[in-house]
Amino acid sequence: MLLFIVQRLLATIPTLLFATLMVFAIQRLLPGDPALALVGEERDPQVIAFIREKYRLDDPLPVQYLAWMWQLLHGNLGESIRTRQPVTQLILEKLPVTVQLAVWSMLVALVIAIPAGVIAAVRKNSLADHLSTFAALSGLSIPNFWLGIMLILLLAVHWQLLPASGYVSLFEDPVESLRRMIMPAFVLGTGLAAVLMRQMRSAMLEVLRQDYVRTAKAKGVRGTVIVVRHAMRNALIPVVTIIGLQMGALLSGAVLTEQVFAIPGFGRMIVDAVFNRDYAVVQGVVLFTATAYIAINFLVDILYALINPKIQVGR
Amino acid sequence: MTSTVQGQVRRSWPLRNRAIRRFVANPSSIVGLALVMIFVLVAIFAPQLAPHSPASANFLAVRQAPSTEHLLGTDEIGRDVLSRVLHGARVSLMAGVIAVLIALVLGVPLGLVSGYYGGRLDELIMRFTDALLAFPFLILAVAFTAALGPSLLNAMIAIGIASAPTFIRLTRGQVLAVRAEDYVQSAKALGAGDLRILTHHVLPNSLAPILVQATLTIAGAIIAESSLSFLGLGVQPPTPSWGGMLNTAQGFIVQAPWMAVWPGLSIFVTVLAFNLFGDGLRDALDPRES
Repeated sequence: MLLFIVQRLLATIPTLLFATLMVFAIQRLLPGDPALALVGEERDPQVIAFIREKYRLDDPLPVQYLAWMWQLLHGNLGESIRTRQPVTQLILEKLPVTVQLAVWSMLVALVIAIPAGVIAAVRKNSLADHLSTFAALSGLSIPNFWLGIMLILLLAVHWQLLPASGYVSLFEDPVESLRRMIMPAFVLGTGLAAVLMRQMRSAMLEVLRQDYVRTAKAKGVRGTVIVVRHAMRNALIPVVTIIGLQMGALLSGAVLTEQVFAIPGFGRMIVDAVFNRDYAVVQGVVLFTATAYIAINFLVDILYALINPKIQVGR
Repeated sequence: MTSTVQGQVRRSWPLRNRAIRRFVANPSSIVGLALVMIFVLVAIFAPQLAPHSPASANFLAVRQAPSTEHLLGTDEIGRDVLSRVLHGARVSLMAGVIAVLIALVLGVPLGLVSGYYGGRLDELIMRFTDALLAFPFLILAVAFTAALGPSLLNAMIAIGIASAPTFIRLTRGQVLAVRAEDYVQSAKALGAGDLRILTHHVLPNSLAPILVQATLTIAGAIIAESSLSFLGLGVQPPTPSWGGMLNTAQGFIVQAPWMAVWPGLSIFVTVLAFNLFGDGLRDALDPRES
């Protein structure tokens, strides 16, 4: 197992290196002076000269890249042009908010997708199957920011059941925090639920065809027991991988959801940074999300190897 | 060799007919195709179909509810919402198609080269693809538009680049499946060059899944463009775009809810149409279905 972990860990290194190269390239190789991008609205020649020197922008590109990498290895993502705060600190401040939103959304997605996927597979070609398949396709097609606006219109403006927007920490006021998270979590969870439901349905269909399910049926095991104890447990294995791969979609969705519901998280920070021309923050957030995505998928791979007996450790 | 190739050509027609029959037999594919055609026609003929100019403000008719004069109401400066929704289809169509073309132009050649030559080049391209896939789609697009500046063109470039990895992987997979086929080996034995083999033998036989993916990616690109415009990073005012209209509508949700309903519904129906069409194409072209 240790060998498998080491091999997977080594495989992530080139991917991470490419990711840093791309973030570097976006800033340094695209048209426009990176010094101007880094200073934001400031146009003082002295400040620009200072930035040129600080980020070694007159050095050859490979030297600039290595110097930047050296900073990164020390956990230094630069500092915000606006607030002068280290980008790492800003990210760590906003991250818990987005993680909270992501966790609730994941829960909403699982609660919708797993029963719907199982029912659709067990009752293949029934009305329930067609309805859940269509609902999944609609979930994939609906722009989540519009779904958010429509929910605000119905649940907050017309029926006044929930607050329209804003964020309250779970530790400050758990009830109010939950009330404010219901709509955003549902909005962000819908797209993920659609993907997971489709995956769960096809995985269940695959498992239900297996010999051991037939054997269980032949032994007279009850249908519910077959579905829950034999089929569902195995069908959940590929779903775990999909959850890892969908983390990127969840973060993309968080950018929009946080914008609609005025949640002061990670996604809102990147949009604000773009408008403030706070490029160090944009760059830091982009690199952080890519690294987080690679790390999550590494952990999912390990988890997958642990829960799937078919994977022979070390290969 | 000639008879083998002719045999393939002869066989490909019944295959194509079977695919068309399967496509037509699936009602949701037909609904998807019909909606896609309506969307394309609306986008092309928007100036003729729109009852008013999409840009002309009328401060005497600000935020009017739907009426016979303005079927979908008016916006915060009195512009006709229906006319803006119809014109918004043009932006969405352009964004969807051009972004996917960019993704195809980048992704297909890289996938072909990666799968065909293998070895270190393949390894290099795949690691690059993995890195590109590690960036959440919208966050990468936001980073590009932040560097290039907000505009429709830059949004399309950003979406195209962010969509390219899917095509690199898909094309590579197809090439790996096809390159060991007899007809590719025969062409090689006859002395055909790599470029000829790739463009005349490998690519044509890998086209079906690429076409399906392109259709589904148009759906994703339309959502991505409207998302960027919603964030203010795509199409800039006063050009009408569905995402941009929703951005404005958010501020008037209590006073003029119709401003938010129609652009969002248009995105939803259009994306659903491309997804239905793409799913239908996949079911029709997938050999496992036959």
